[in-house]
Amino acid sequence: MTKAKAAKARVATVWLDGCSGCHMSLLDIDERLILLEEKIELVYSPLVDAKVFPENVDVALVEGSISSEEDLHKIKIIRKNSKVLVSLGDCAVTGNIPSMRTVFSLESMLERVYDENATINQQVPTKVVPKLLERVMPLHEVVDVDIYLPGCPPSAENIFFAISELLEGRTPDLTLTARFGA
Amino acid sequence: MNKASIEICTLIIENRECGGRADQTILEVAEEYGIFIPTLCRLSGLSSIGACRMCLVEVKGSNKLMPACVTKVQEGMEVTVNSERLAEFRKLTLEMLFSERNHICSVCVTNGHCDLQSLAQKLGVNHITMPYIHPHVQVDASHPRFIADHNRCILCTRCIRVCQEIEGAHTWDLMGRGTKARVITDLNRPWGESESCTGCGKCVQVCPTGALSEKGQAAGEMLKRRTFLPYLSMMREVGK
Repeated sequence: MTKAKAAKARVATVWLDGCSGCHMSLLDIDERLILLEEKIELVYSPLVDAKVFPENVDVALVEGSISSEEDLHKIKIIRKNSKVLVSLGDCAVTGNIPSMRTVFSLESMLERVYDENATINQQVPTKVVPKLLERVMPLHEVVDVDIYLPGCPPSAENIFFAISELLEGRTPDLTLTARFGA
Repeated sequence: MNKASIEICTLIIENRECGGRADQTILEVAEEYGIFIPTLCRLSGLSSIGACRMCLVEVKGSNKLMPACVTKVQEGMEVTVNSERLAEFRKLTLEMLFSERNHICSVCVTNGHCDLQSLAQKLGVNHITMPYIHPHVQVDASHPRFIADHNRCILCTRCIRVCQEIEGAHTWDLMGRGTKARVITDLNRPWGESESCTGCGKCVQVCPTGALSEKGQAAGEMLKRRTFLPYLSMMREVGK
């Protein structure tokens, strides 16, 4: 490994219970992706092949809420292995749309979706898919979060600004530009 | 009323010497001097009730925090508008408003035009530190033109006040206490069955969030029109 390569920041992006819109917004930083590529190594992401969340991650951007036992398991590993954890987008920050089911019991919600509203093969799935939690939570209800980047999705501008500031070792101030809902 | 007989007070707000009439509130005087105090339940043209606690200020000599919208100015008063303590309380209060109902901004009809949302941004609330309650509350779509979505209600009572004070119908009122408190129409009957509602829609326009909206609006489409309020309250004063 060359010296320049070793100096690259190890960045991960994660997709938990969200719609991937935050990742689409990340891609919307367009040609500046090339600028970022010079400074970061994308060690884990829905956009690359790695299947296991690696150790020694400098910045982890996490999209989506904590809705299943798998999410719960993953976020703890992500926290343990990352220096800076960014709560990316409203689902991660507030629970947002995934959390709307929390007003109903998990049981009644599953019955409604997989039984009442299903036309064939009515059954609540229990195998292969991870077990859902009774309550959908934002990331900070489970682990410590360093940076909050609200928005549904956060603008490409805000995502680029946050990553750039973090790469420079600064804490991004998003007060004036980021808010819940947009 | 002999206006000339009203006493004039000088006071200090945020290290600035200010003058105001004794019948004015701290908030009114501060606004005249361009000093920003955050508000949420207050709306110019309606009575002030100090419900939301956003405008709390520190007054020298008192341990209690005072709501600037209902506290009258006094001679020699020293008012602090911005302090770490106040900023913390305001943020905490806003967070509690968010955690108490289901404010899903991204799919709300007032996304981008909401007083609660913009104040959260202004005061630096970028996440809610306490767990969300996720209450199971109702959406009343029984009215032919309007919707009451209690998921978004912050109990500011602007709807109650505009209905009583401006329209004179008193269709809206408040029921229950604490987290169970709800704004209601008539004696907690569906809005569409209300006999007192005139359908004027003023409540919808003054509502700070997406709790009251016009039907047929998608996310972010509900813009509130409040220009009628200063005019109507001025007319009311003239009529007295």
